[in-house]
Order: sequence, then structure tokens, then C-alpha cells
Amino acid sequence: MPASTQTNGLRQNLQGNHACAVAAIAAGCRFYAGYPITPSSEVAERMAVELPKVGGAFIQMEDEIASMGAVIGASMGGVKAMTATSGPGFSLKQENLGYAAMVEAPCVVINVMRGGPSTGMPTRPSQGDLMQARWGTHGDHPIVVLTPASVAEAYRQTIRAFNLSERLRTPVIVLLDEVIAHLVETVDIARADPMQRVDRTWASEPPETFRPYAASADGVPAMPRPGDGYRSHTTGLTHGPSGFPTQKPAEVTAAMTRLLGKIDRHRDIVDSVETTGCEDAEVLVVAVGIVARAARRAVDQAQERGIRAGLFRPITLWPFPEAQFRQLDDRVRAILVPEMNAGQLCLEVERLSGRRTRIGRINRIDGEPIDPDAILSAIEELARHG
Amino acid sequence: MDDAIDTALEPCAGAAATTAPSDFDIRDYLRTELLPHFMCPGCGHGIALRALLWAVHELGIAKDRLAVVTGIGCSGRTGAYIDANTFHTTHGRPLAFATGLALARPDLEVVVITGDGDCLAIGGNHLIHACRRNLDMTCLMLNNEIYGMTGGQVSPTTGADRLTTTTPSGNTEPVFDACALAAAAGAGLVGRGMTLQTPALKNLIRDAIAHRGFSFVEVISDCTEIFGRKNDLGSSPEMILRQKSAMRPEFYGNVVDQPFRPNAMKTGILARTDRPEYGDAYRAATAAAGASR
Repeated sequence: MPASTQTNGLRQNLQGNHACAVAAIAAGCRFYAGYPITPSSEVAERMAVELPKVGGAFIQMEDEIASMGAVIGASMGGVKAMTATSGPGFSLKQENLGYAAMVEAPCVVINVMRGGPSTGMPTRPSQGDLMQARWGTHGDHPIVVLTPASVAEAYRQTIRAFNLSERLRTPVIVLLDEVIAHLVETVDIARADPMQRVDRTWASEPPETFRPYAASADGVPAMPRPGDGYRSHTTGLTHGPSGFPTQKPAEVTAAMTRLLGKIDRHRDIVDSVETTGCEDAEVLVVAVGIVARAARRAVDQAQERGIRAGLFRPITLWPFPEAQFRQLDDRVRAILVPEMNAGQLCLEVERLSGRRTRIGRINRIDGEPIDPDAILSAIEELARHG
Repeated sequence: MDDAIDTALEPCAGAAATTAPSDFDIRDYLRTELLPHFMCPGCGHGIALRALLWAVHELGIAKDRLAVVTGIGCSGRTGAYIDANTFHTTHGRPLAFATGLALARPDLEVVVITGDGDCLAIGGNHLIHACRRNLDMTCLMLNNEIYGMTGGQVSPTTGADRLTTTTPSGNTEPVFDACALAAAAGAGLVGRGMTLQTPALKNLIRDAIAHRGFSFVEVISDCTEIFGRKNDLGSSPEMILRQKSAMRPEFYGNVVDQPFRPNAMKTGILARTDRPEYGDAYRAATAAAGASR
């Protein structure tokens, strides 16, 4: 039996990609549409096995665009739906991702990042899609992006992705780097599963008075399920509370303001950050994914050497946990941003950081992960001169 | 079309049995509060819509169970007027959306309305795979030979030498025979109808919806304002009668064995196979997995 399918009660040895798949099932996902692409394909393969067991449906579509379309179609039909992809496929999904944001279709996209641009390095790790995840589709749009740093967290964050997606009626992206996706680690399902499963709020008021995109008290409209008597209209055109297109400036402004603001109104459940040693840190490391794990070790080693170092790891990358970051930024002398790209996370850190803070970078773009020693050296350098 | 316009109105195959009095009132199926509609005078899409809703009525499909998925363009905007579950999706992708919807919700009656550009150009790949897969849904391709909403650019079904805003010297690309394509790709039912013959079109759409599997219906529509005007094709009735003259009555209901144009288009059901429906096949193949749990 391959390692990725060994089970021991509720503790399972899982590959990161498989963890996303079994977590999706646990979260209530009952539809998967996808197109094969390295290094994400194991998500699809596992979903093809798991979905029939729970009465769900798996379909391998003709391309990435169709996969995203089918996922949204299933979601608008009332079924929790997911897809998985990697760099070039993620690019192809972007138009429909924007549609999902606009029509407020809950759905989850696992994107296992690989080296790019273009075909790049399919089997090598990268963190090159941080900005594509935020801004890949056109127009101003809300989005939620989660960045697990372990297989166990891939499991938990995939469940959380579904919960946030359902709660906020928005697409949620789970960004994995290839290292996490293909790493095999133990997941304690018993600990992860008690996460409460969240389902979208279904429309319940009389169809005669129901307005599908009316601004509810919390900014997230109840969803009409086909067959429940509402017969509403769904369109990617800018629409007002009725769901039908509008170009009246006041209605457009109101609709877009609600759409763009609904994530921010729920920062209490959206934000998620891991901090280590930040209480008295002078040097702050900001990192995500597998790089954050190397950084955690480097921070520990730095502290052993008497350097006041801390780690700030945005588990929810977008919206960026600005408030939590700014609190630390006011206190630290220097910030280090190690990442497996040419400097995308650093852009956000620079944007939010006070100009007095010195910012150091480590950018690895050769398809190799960043090791703890490189981060430790950079921390020491910043501690000396920061 | 240089042929003299054939103004004779002999019924086509399938029309004879359809003229019985009907209790069909299209207003029962429309979101009348949205009227007047946005379509240009003379546009054939409204007739196609009428045929669809008439078929839905005759089949006794509850509006609540009807899901209409459209793409982008003039055809894409027709869905909003239907009092059903309507989804106006992205350009070229309605079949992809509908695939997810129909597979996840087999209890719904899924109808896709698409245009010639939406379906055959940007959405061509989805069409051939929807045909191959044979998931139970009905695709109506409203063919008006032009990109109407974007201002009259050449489409995969624009005829030879036609003037469009992107073929100012006349179209030099050959046209796509969508029905031959759909049949070759394995669609369960393939048919072509005209807006001139609404009862026959209604019957065709009714058969298409009733067919278990993927049904493809090409509806020969007309774009008077954007296409007809630029090519001096006259008013809407003149355009439709010209289209009729391009149809070969002896081919009505026959199998596909002729090129798309000129003067060889056939109407009626052109191909029909009773292959396993995708959803049924998937559920049968995976039933053991569910049972073993």
C-alpha cells in the first residue's frame, strides 16, 4: 500500500494533494471538475476515487476553463464544488474565477504553484502565483486565499476554504507550493474534523419578495437554489439587488461596494496568522508555505544565538492581515521576506511597512526551496546592521 | 444568396401535426416585467425563444425545474426573459457551466442557448466534448451568421463573400457546418430548424429536450440590423424567405450528406443515436464504490 493511503485509525499518512481531496469530502464537497496538470493531479485522482463513495460526481473536463465553468455551474446548482490546478491552468481559470466572484458562487480552487512564467518548471516548487491569486482576474474583485505550510494544515485549510467560501459566497483559493503538495505527513483527522462544517444560507423568504442580491445585514445574500421556487437570474454583468443588469451609477456603486466590502466585514473569521517569537522581535521574518517552515527553524536558531527574531506567517494571505502586520511593523527594526519568487510577498510588506523599517529579501527562482541556513544568515545580517 | 426568393410556404416535415389549437401563452413563461426586450426589430431570436418555451409548455416542464444557461452575445441575453432558473455565463462557456449544473443536479431540465460565435469559435472545444460526452441537456445554437452584439464581426458561420466589419472586402473563410460537427462528435440528437417554421422548430426542440442525452439544435435565425443591412439583404421577412430558399425541401429530415452551403441545408432531425447518457453511465460505473462504503 503506498504511503499516501496508509491509515491508522483517524491518523493518516497523506500527501498534501490527497489531504486537500479528503478534506474537501469532509467539508461536504460533492462535485469536482478538473483537468490534469502537474503538480496538482493527485487532487483530481483522489477525488475521482472518493466522490462516488459519498454520492458525489467527478468529471475530467476538456480543459481548465471548462473545469472552472463546471464547478461554478455545480455550485449554482447548490452543490459544494472544487477544482485543482497549477500555474498555466490557474491562468486559464481566471476569467471564470472573476465570474464566480461576481455572481457570488461559493467554490474552492486548489492551486499548486510551479515555476513559471509559462510552462516553466512543472515539477519544481515555486511561490510565483501569490499575485496571480490576488489579481489574476480582471476588475476589482474580492478574493480569499489560504496558504498552508504542512500537510495537516492543507487538510484543515481546505475545510476552512469551503467554510469561508460558503459563509461569504466567494471563491476561495488554497495556494500550495509543490513541496507541501507532494510531502507525505501524518494528519490527525480526529483533531481536524471537529471543525464545524459551514453551509451557505439558502433563500427562505417568499419568492414574490425575494431579491437574490439584496444587501443583507452582513453583506452576504442568501442563495436561491434551483428548484426551490425562486427562478432567479444569474449574470456576470454588473447587477443590482434584483440580479438583473444595471448601469445606473448609484446602483452599480452600491452593488460593487457591497461586493468589495463583504470580505472585510468578516475579517474576524477570514484573518488567520501564525506568529512565533514576535512579542519582542527586532527582526521579523514574513513568509508563507514551505518557506515559512524553513523560516521557523531559522528563527528558533537565531533566538538560540541571542537574536530577537520572530516569524509572521499569513495563513490567510489575501486579504493580507494588515492590522496584525502593522502592529509588529511598528516595533521591529528589520523585516526579512524570503520567498520562492522574484519578490511578490515583499511588495505587500513594502506597501504596509513604515519607511523606517529596513527590509531584506531572499528570492530563490531556481526551483529549489529556501533552506533554514540561508534565512538564518540573513536574519543575522539584519540583526547586525538593521 | 443569389437565387430568386422562394416565397412559397409549403409546410416542412413535422409541421403538419403542429397546428392544432394550443393553450400555450408565452407570457406564462416570460418575465414580462422586463419587457420591452432589448432585441432589434426583425431579430429572429425572439421566435426561437417562442419555439423553446412552446416546447417546454408541451412537455409540461415546470418552470422551477427548468434551468437555462446562456453564453455571451445577443443569444446570451435571451435567457433573462425566461421565467426560470437562468444563468448568463461567460463567453463561449455555457456548455461547461451547464455540464456542472446538469451533472450535479440531474433533476433539472438544462437548456443551453448559445450563438454561432459563442458556440463554434470561442466555445468550439466545449461543443465537441459536450457532444462526445452525451450528458443529458439541450443546446440551442441561434445562428444569425454574425457577431451582433459586438457590432457585426465575421463569425464561423458567416457566408462566403459577406461583408462584415472585420471582412470589409468580403469573407474568405469557409463556414462551419455545426450540425455535421455535432453529429460527428457524437451528439445524441442533432437537428436544424428555421424561425420561419415556428411549429416545426418547436417540435424539433421538443424532441431534442425529450431525448435522453446531448441534443444539439441549430436554429437558423436572422440579424437584420447588423448583418442584413450591411449586405443589402432587405427586411427581416425578406431575409427569412431567402434563408428558406437556401433550404432544400427534399432534404428535410434526411441524414447529413451535403455541404452546409450553398442551397443544401436541411431541417429537421439530422442525426440520432441512443448511446448511454453520461450521467447514467457515470452513476452506474461508480455505484459499486458507493455501495462498498
